Amino acid sequence: MHSTASDRAAAAVAAGTDADRTPLSATADNGLKIVIVGGFGVGKTTMVRSVSEIRPLNTEETMTRAGVGVDDPTGVEGKTTTTVAFDFGRITVNDSAVLYLFGAPGQERFWFLWDRLFSGTLGAVVLVDTRRLDDSWYAIDRLEAHGMPFIVAHNDFGGDRHTAAQIREALDLSPEVPLVSCDARDRESSKAVLIALVDHLYDLSTRDAVPVQETAEMAP
Amino acid sequence: MKRLGPDDAPDRLYTVTGGRSRSADDRTLDLVTLIVSECDPTPGMQSEHARILTLCRRPTAVVEISAELRMPVSVIRILLSDLLDRGQVTARHPRVRETAQLPDADLLKEVLDALHRL
Repeated sequence: MHSTASDRAAAAVAAGTDADRTPLSATADNGLKIVIVGGFGVGKTTMVRSVSEIRPLNTEETMTRAGVGVDDPTGVEGKTTTTVAFDFGRITVNDSAVLYLFGAPGQERFWFLWDRLFSGTLGAVVLVDTRRLDDSWYAIDRLEAHGMPFIVAHNDFGGDRHTAAQIREALDLSPEVPLVSCDARDRESSKAVLIALVDHLYDLSTRDAVPVQETAEMAP
Repeated sequence: MKRLGPDDAPDRLYTVTGGRSRSADDRTLDLVTLIVSECDPTPGMQSEHARILTLCRRPTAVVEISAELRMPVSVIRILLSDLLDRGQVTARHPRVRETAQLPDADLLKEVLDALHRL
């Protein structure tokens, strides 16, 4: 993905203002990640900006692949370098832990990168726009395949009339995946989305902590 | 002399990295690995190395270094491997490394508290 002129301008501003950087605690030693995945224009950057303690930054990762690009849906051979741009923000958790939020494009052609880019991610928010639900199917499918916990957040800017049941059905979402509505422009609303995700992770982690019980019925 | 800018990145990045395309630390430096300087920049040091040492006087994530220096993460990893080899920076790796490996409930609780405080 190529950076737009506005991206470059924003990056230039960020690059020229080192003095504005809010440094982390000297004892910070544990970086955490949450990914916000969604199609183009769905509000990923807006959500990162709403909750980040730093002005969102933008950077890119280049990936070089050997051989024919089997993952390349365009089938173009010989193209071995792919660049993906992404935004990120930051939330300090405590003196040790710091949470990074990444806004990442969820379209099919970017997913071969995620294994490496986002290994160790706590969980993901799939940000959806009911005008373009198609963009979300692939992301949801891949997150499920990777066993990465996620919730779906419906960015309801402009008073969308779709009900949760309609969205759940359209996305073929399993009942255990939380679905929330939000306005990514609103800090409190975006906060609530992240809280819903971490609540979900907390539930999963405490559920997993329960010792697996041998099923008595299986005994002879 | 041609003025270097973001649009001629490939040539510039080739020079910055001495033509290397990957580093031994490729697999170990996560986007959120925190880098900390162990010394000050010295005269004559490659300017990118000097900038990293200045930036990382306080812990700074690999991805933030990338954004601040306006260079792709892969290039930053190579520059960092030089500094790590010389002991000029140290790396604080994230404790959660695998996908689908949930951190302990206590840490998640702290994250929740931090989000509520926002």
